[in-house]
Amino acid sequence: MYAFDYQRPSFSQDAVSMMRSLEEPKLLAGGQTLLPTLKQRLAQPGTLVDLSRIPDLSGISVAGDVLRIGAMTRHAEVATSDLVHAHSPALAELAGMIGDPAVRNRGTIGGSLANNDPSADYPAAALALGATLVTDRRRLAASDFFRGLFETALEEDELILAVEFPKSGPAAYRKFRNPASRYAMAGVFVVRGADGVRVAVTGVGQEGVFRWKEAEAALTARFAPDALEGIALDPHTAMSDLHGDGAYRAQLTKVMARRAVEAIGG
Amino acid sequence: MNASVVTPIGAPVRRKEDHRFITGKGRYTDDLSRPGQAHAYFLRSPYAHARIRAIDTSAAIDMPGVVAVLTGKDLAQDGLGGLICGWMIHSKDGSPMNAGAHPALALDTVRYVGDHVAVIIAETLNAAKDAAAAVVVDYEILPAVADLAQAQAEGGPVIHDVAPRNTVFEWELGDKAGTEAAFARAAHVTAIDIVNNRLAPNPMEPRAAIGDYDAGDDAFTLWTTSQNPHVARLVLSAFVGLAPENKLRVIAPDVGGGFGSKIFIYAEETVCAWASKRVGRPVKWTCERGEAFLCDAHGRDHITRGELALDGEGRILGFRVKTTANMGAYLSTFSSCVPTYLYATLLSGQYAIPAIYCEVDAVYTNTAPVDAYRGAGRPEATFLVERIIDKAARELGMDPAEMRRRNFVTAFPHQTPVIMCYDAGDYGASLDKALALADYTGFPARKAEAERRGRLRGIGLSAYIEACGIAPSAAVGSLGAGVGLWESAEVRVNPTGNVEVLTGSHSHGQGHETTFAQLVSARLGIPIDQVSVVHGDTDKVQFGMGTYGSRSGAVGMSAIVKALDKVEAKAKKIAAHVLEASEGDIEFKDGRFTVAGTDRGLAFAEVALNAYVAHKFPTSEIEPGLKEGAFYDPSNFTFPAGCHVCELEVDPETGVTQIVNWVAVDDFGTVINPMIVEGQVHGGIAQGVGQALMERVAYDNDGQLVTGSYMDYQMPRAEDLPSFTLGLTETRCPSNPLGMKGCGEAGAIAAPPAVINALTDALGTQDISMPATPAKLWAVAQARVTRRAAE
Ligand SMILES: Cc1cc2nc3c(=O)[nH]c(=O)nc-3n(C[C@H](O)[C@H](O)[C@H](O)COP(=O)(O)OP(=O)(O)OC[C@H]3O[C@@H](n4cnc5c(N)ncnc54)[C@H](O)[C@@H]3O)c2cc1C
Repeated sequence: MYAFDYQRPSFSQDAVSMMRSLEEPKLLAGGQTLLPTLKQRLAQPGTLVDLSRIPDLSGISVAGDVLRIGAMTRHAEVATSDLVHAHSPALAELAGMIGDPAVRNRGTIGGSLANNDPSADYPAAALALGATLVTDRRRLAASDFFRGLFETALEEDELILAVEFPKSGPAAYRKFRNPASRYAMAGVFVVRGADGVRVAVTGVGQEGVFRWKEAEAALTARFAPDALEGIALDPHTAMSDLHGDGAYRAQLTKVMARRAVEAIGG
Repeated sequence: MNASVVTPIGAPVRRKEDHRFITGKGRYTDDLSRPGQAHAYFLRSPYAHARIRAIDTSAAIDMPGVVAVLTGKDLAQDGLGGLICGWMIHSKDGSPMNAGAHPALALDTVRYVGDHVAVIIAETLNAAKDAAAAVVVDYEILPAVADLAQAQAEGGPVIHDVAPRNTVFEWELGDKAGTEAAFARAAHVTAIDIVNNRLAPNPMEPRAAIGDYDAGDDAFTLWTTSQNPHVARLVLSAFVGLAPENKLRVIAPDVGGGFGSKIFIYAEETVCAWASKRVGRPVKWTCERGEAFLCDAHGRDHITRGELALDGEGRILGFRVKTTANMGAYLSTFSSCVPTYLYATLLSGQYAIPAIYCEVDAVYTNTAPVDAYRGAGRPEATFLVERIIDKAARELGMDPAEMRRRNFVTAFPHQTPVIMCYDAGDYGASLDKALALADYTGFPARKAEAERRGRLRGIGLSAYIEACGIAPSAAVGSLGAGVGLWESAEVRVNPTGNVEVLTGSHSHGQGHETTFAQLVSARLGIPIDQVSVVHGDTDKVQFGMGTYGSRSGAVGMSAIVKALDKVEAKAKKIAAHVLEASEGDIEFKDGRFTVAGTDRGLAFAEVALNAYVAHKFPTSEIEPGLKEGAFYDPSNFTFPAGCHVCELEVDPETGVTQIVNWVAVDDFGTVINPMIVEGQVHGGIAQGVGQALMERVAYDNDGQLVTGSYMDYQMPRAEDLPSFTLGLTETRCPSNPLGMKGCGEAGAIAAPPAVINALTDALGTQDISMPATPAKLWAVAQARVTRRAAE
C-alpha cells in the first residue's frame, strides 16, 4: 500500500464535504474491492473516507411498497433480513450467493453498485427490479446508473446513500459461479412483473450488466421455461476469458435464465 | 483418545499438535521477529526474457527508510555461488545435462516473469516497496518461449547458451529393442496423447525467511519454511558458499504445508541470510500470494505420447513412452530427477509388462522453475498408465477392471523392466475391495437412472502404484543423486523416564509430533504425553534428509526404531544389574523390565533413573545415561498401491462435474495412526481432483502468468468433493522394521486418472484433457450431441 490519510466521519454530509475538500479522496465501504487494489498498489488515494461509522447509511426499512437498503448494509444482512425476504426473496437469495461468508460480512450493497464490476451480482438485481439509487444529490434509476465496465453515472464526489427496490412480481436469480473467483460467470435475474418480464444478465456482457430484451419479449409473450428454446444470445457480445469463451457464456446465460423461470414457476 | 495413556500402533490418536494450531499458538516463520530486523522486498522481472543492460539503484538508496539495495553483482562480489540442481542426469549419448547458471539475483539476464532482479531492504516493507519503484532497470526485451510444445523449435529463443534448442537432456530408460520387438508382434496397439497440466503448489503458509548474522560468533541463523532444513544448510554451505555448516544454523519452525515446494533452496531465503551480514541487521521476507504464484516451483507440466502393445487377449506386451518435460527457466534443486527417475521407473504400474522404453526430453522455457509437487513424477506416470490401459480396454471392448486384473503383477518380488523391484502387494485384493465398496456391478442401473434426470454418469478406476520411502542411498547415488537419502534419529531418555525424540524428518502438516510419539509410547510403554518430538533445527538434530516422497514413516520412523532398539538393549543391561539378574533373563513388556519367571521387575522410568544415577552398575562396562542415535538407510523403495474408484455425473447443459462417490482402497502396509492416514488420503484426493478438474497454471505467449491469483487459479473446495469411502488392504513392507509403505502422496497420484477415466466413461470419448473444466466438458457434451445426431 502507498501511504494515505484516513478519515472516519459520523455524518454523510461530512463525508460529502470531505470528498469535495480533500486531495484525491476515496470512499471506503466494506473494502472488499478497494483494499486489495490498495495492497497491490494499483491505486494511490490521498485520503480514505471510511463510511463504516455513519449510522444512517446502513439499515433496511420498508415504506409503503418500497424496500430501502442503506448503502453501507452488508451482504450478510441483506441475505438474512426478514424484511428483504418478505419484500423481495430473490434479492435476499442473491445476497447470500455473493463470495464467501467473510466477503458477505464486510462487503456492502453501495460499494458493490458503485464499483459496477461486470461480474458482480447486485447490478443484475438493481436493473431487473428497477431499483433507484439515492445519492447525496439526486435519485438515479438503475437503467441510467450502469455505464459499462466499472463505469457508473456517479460523479467523482458523489455518495450513494441508499438503494430503493419497488415491490415486484415473482422473481428469481440463478447464478453460474466462476469456478475460481465465485463471481458470476452468468447471473440471470428474472422478474415477472405486471407490465412484462424483465431479464437482467451479469457476468456476460462486454459492457457489463444488461437486459436481455429478446428473452424478455419471449417470456412476456409466454412465461414458460421452453419459451427460451428458440432464442440465443450472440456469443460475440459475451465476454471471453480463460474460464469460458463467448459461446459458453451465451449457453450459460440461457440455462440460468431457464432455471430462473423454472424457479418462479410458469 | 486421552493423551496420558500408552498409545498402541494402529490407534487413531488425536493429533498432539492440533491444540497449538487451532488456538493460534503455532509459531510460523512470519510470526517471528528478531530485534532490529529490516524487511526485504524483491524487485522482480516484469518480462519473461530480457537482457539487463544496467540497474541504477541510486535514487532508491536515497529513499526514506531504505537500508540497502543489492543486486546480483553484490552477491557475486561477496563470492557467493548460484543455486544448484542436486541430481545429475545424463543424456542418451552419455553427455551430462546442460544446466545453465542459476544466480540468486540476476546478473545480466532475466528468464521468467518474477525472476529476481534486486533486493530492497528497508525499515518497513512499505518503504522497501516504495524504493523498489525507484530502481531503474534498463531492459532489452528478448523473444521468449513459454509454451513447452514450442520450446525446442529450431531458431527459437535460447534461454541458456549451454542448452541448444533449450534442451537440458535427452534421457532414456528401458529396453528399446525389446520394446520394438513387442510392438512388432502386437495384435493391437493403443496410443494416447497426454498433457499433464502445470500446477501451482499453494501451501496455506507462503514461504518466509529471516536471516540473522551474529558478528560476535561470525555465524548465521536462518529461520525458514523448509521441509528439510539440514539439506538447506548443506546447500547454502557447500554450494552457495554462505558459511561453513558449523557457522550456519537453519531453523524450520512450524511450517504450514509444503507439498514439495518447500524442499527447494530458493533465491529469497538465500539472499535474506547473506544480506543480514551485508547490512548488519536481521532481514525478514514473507512471500505474498501473488509472488508464490510467480516463483514457488510449479509441478507437473509434461507432454506425452504413450503406446501400448497388446496381444489378442488384452495382455500387455510392451509400452513405449515419449515425454517432453518442462523445467522452467532454471533447474530447481531436485527438478531433474522428477521427470526421469521418479517418473519412468513407475511406468510398469501394477502390471507385468515385459518391455518398456521411455524417452524424456527436459526443456527450458521462460516460466517459473518446475520441481517436485506432491507425488513428483509418480502422478505423471500413473496418469499415463491408468489412462492408456483404460483406453485400451475400451478399444478392445473389455471391462476396464478385467483388463487390469489380467495384467496385474501377482508374484513378488517382481522386477520391472524399469529399475524398480516391487517387494510386496496384492493388487487383486485392493481392486476387488474397491469394486465391492463402489458397487461396481450396480453402476449400469445408476447410469440409467441419471440419464433419466438428464445427467451423464461415469465410473472410473485408477489402480496406482508409487515408489516411496525414498530412498536407498547407494541406489540413488548410482542414478545421479548428489546426496544419500537415509534418515537419522536420536532417542533421549530423561532421568525421570520421559523421552525426547530428535528426528531428521520434518513435519509440515503430516502429524509427526503424534505419530512418532505414538510409536515411542507403544514401544516403551510410556504415556504419549511423555514423548516429545524435536525436529526442524540444525542445532538440535545433528543431520537429517527431511520430509518428502512419503519417506518420514518408512525411513524416518525406521531410524527411530533402530534407536529404540539400542535404548532397550542398554536399558536391559542396566535393569539386569539393578535386579541382580542375568541380562539374558530380562524381559521388556508393557513398560516393565522383569526377570523371567519371577515377579521382580522395574518400570521403564526406574531404569531411566538408574541409568543417570549410575549407582548400581559398573560404569567401566556400561556408560551412564540413556540416549541413543541411529542412522537408517533403506534397502529398497516401498511400494504403496491401491485402487480408487470415482463415480461422477456431468450436467451436459453447463459442463459441471459432480463427483458423487469416491472409493479409495489403499495398501500402505502397517498403519500407525489410521486417523492421520485418512487425513493424508483425503487431502491427496482433493489435490488430485484439483488437478483433474480445476487447476492449471497458464502463461500467455509473452510468458506473462495469466493465473496469478485465486481469481483465476481454481482450487478445490469442500463442496467440490463427496464424503470419501476409504478402505485398507495390508501387505507388510518386508524391507523396514515396521512394515510401513507411506501414504502422503497416494491420493494425489491415484485421483487424476480415476476422474478422467470416469469422465471418458460418462461422455463416451477419450478426448478429455486436464483440467476438465465445465467450459471444456460442455464443448465435449455438445460434440457428443452432434455425433449422436449424425449416427
Ligand atoms: C473474495 C471475494 C469474492 C467476491 N465475490 C463476489 C461475488 O461473488 N459477487 C459479487 O457481486 N461481488 C463479489 N465480491 C465483491 C464484494 O461483494 C463487494 O461488494 C465489493 O467488493 C464492493 O463492496 P465494498 O463494500 O467492499 O466496497 P469497497 O471495496 O469499500 O469500495 C468499492 C468502490 O466503491 C466505492 N464506494 C463504496 N461505497 C460507496 C458509496 N456509498 N457511494 C459511492 N461510492 C462508494 C469506493 O470508493 C470504491 O471505489 C467479492 C469480493 C471478494 C474479495
